Amino acid sequence: MVDWSNLRHVEIDTLKEIGNIGAGNAITAMSAMLGGSIKLEVPIVNIVEFKDIARFLGGAEQIVIGVLVQITGDINGMMMFLVRKESGAILISSLMGEFARGRDIDDFTEMELSAMKELGNILASSYLGALAGFIQKNVKPSVPFLSIDMANAILSVPAIEFGKTADQVLLIESVFGTNTDSLSGFFLLIPDVPSLQLILTALGVRRDA
Amino acid sequence: MRNDKIIVGMADLNAVKSPGVLTTLGLGSCVGIALYDSVNKIAGLAHIMLPDSTQVQNNSNAAKFADTATIRLIYQMRRLGARKELLKAKIAGGAQMFDFHATNEALRIGDRNVVASLKFLEVHGIPVIARDTGLNYGRTVELYAEDGKYLIKTIGHGSRFI
Repeated sequence: MVDWSNLRHVEIDTLKEIGNIGAGNAITAMSAMLGGSIKLEVPIVNIVEFKDIARFLGGAEQIVIGVLVQITGDINGMMMFLVRKESGAILISSLMGEFARGRDIDDFTEMELSAMKELGNILASSYLGALAGFIQKNVKPSVPFLSIDMANAILSVPAIEFGKTADQVLLIESVFGTNTDSLSGFFLLIPDVPSLQLILTALGVRRDA
Repeated sequence: MRNDKIIVGMADLNAVKSPGVLTTLGLGSCVGIALYDSVNKIAGLAHIMLPDSTQVQNNSNAAKFADTATIRLIYQMRRLGARKELLKAKIAGGAQMFDFHATNEALRIGDRNVVASLKFLEVHGIPVIARDTGLNYGRTVELYAEDGKYLIKTIGHGSRFI
């Protein structure tokens, strides 16, 4: 069984730096598209039990929009872009215009969902592009997939992937937001266990095999 | 509303006597296996993540897998006074949260969790009397030890007792 608790400080700091570089690149792309100033908070490396996986999003039943991209190549895992429903409405209105706030999620049109998916795709690709450059490895994103549902239900997908090898999930969380409105969201990088070891080795902070 | 609901987390299980209520929040591709002994009014709920403990290296948590969770749940319910031959099952969950290509077997984990749950319940001779599984949305479930009713709640897809 994999035990994350033996990660050293230098390793945690390195993973935070990955969150910083990846999300920083994605935020730059988002700012350019949305035409506003978006701030990135210091990334957090969280090692959580499955039952607590949705805590950072505001609880198991919080309604979120999730765009998921699978990662293959030298690194395997999942990348997720997650926003609460309200932030999703702000993003969609920024992209599409004329979005009446307070509408139900059932009311998102196919076109709006498609725009949201594409935004997630661009952001995930920017993040992963920066990661690939940083670690000098091949990182291939899949096409994006979108789901709007309870946080726990959405996060069950990466949790199950992790569950095959560990009893906890390692999440590299990067939180962004604006000063002017309630837009905020999360980038989540979820490498599988061998990929995590490969990343740490590639960056020279892991000595063991 | 009752305030005494016991939350069963992901990869977790629990059993209660009437009038207890068990709940698990936001089942996605996981499956909520509900067992009920209507004579002794004892309910048990397991939130499993993976089909089979023998197919992965890390299997230390029995509640994580359909096969071992079923065994453990039956054991816990018997300790409360339930009888195995009286147990009936209802299952919920096993959704495919993202529209992955059908060809990717590994990602169709929701279906595999449902199939495994049905299989291991059959192994134990426990009839499955109701199910609310598959499709592409999450479910919050509540299991009432008083009458064995299993409440399914969703976002945008209604609520129902099974």
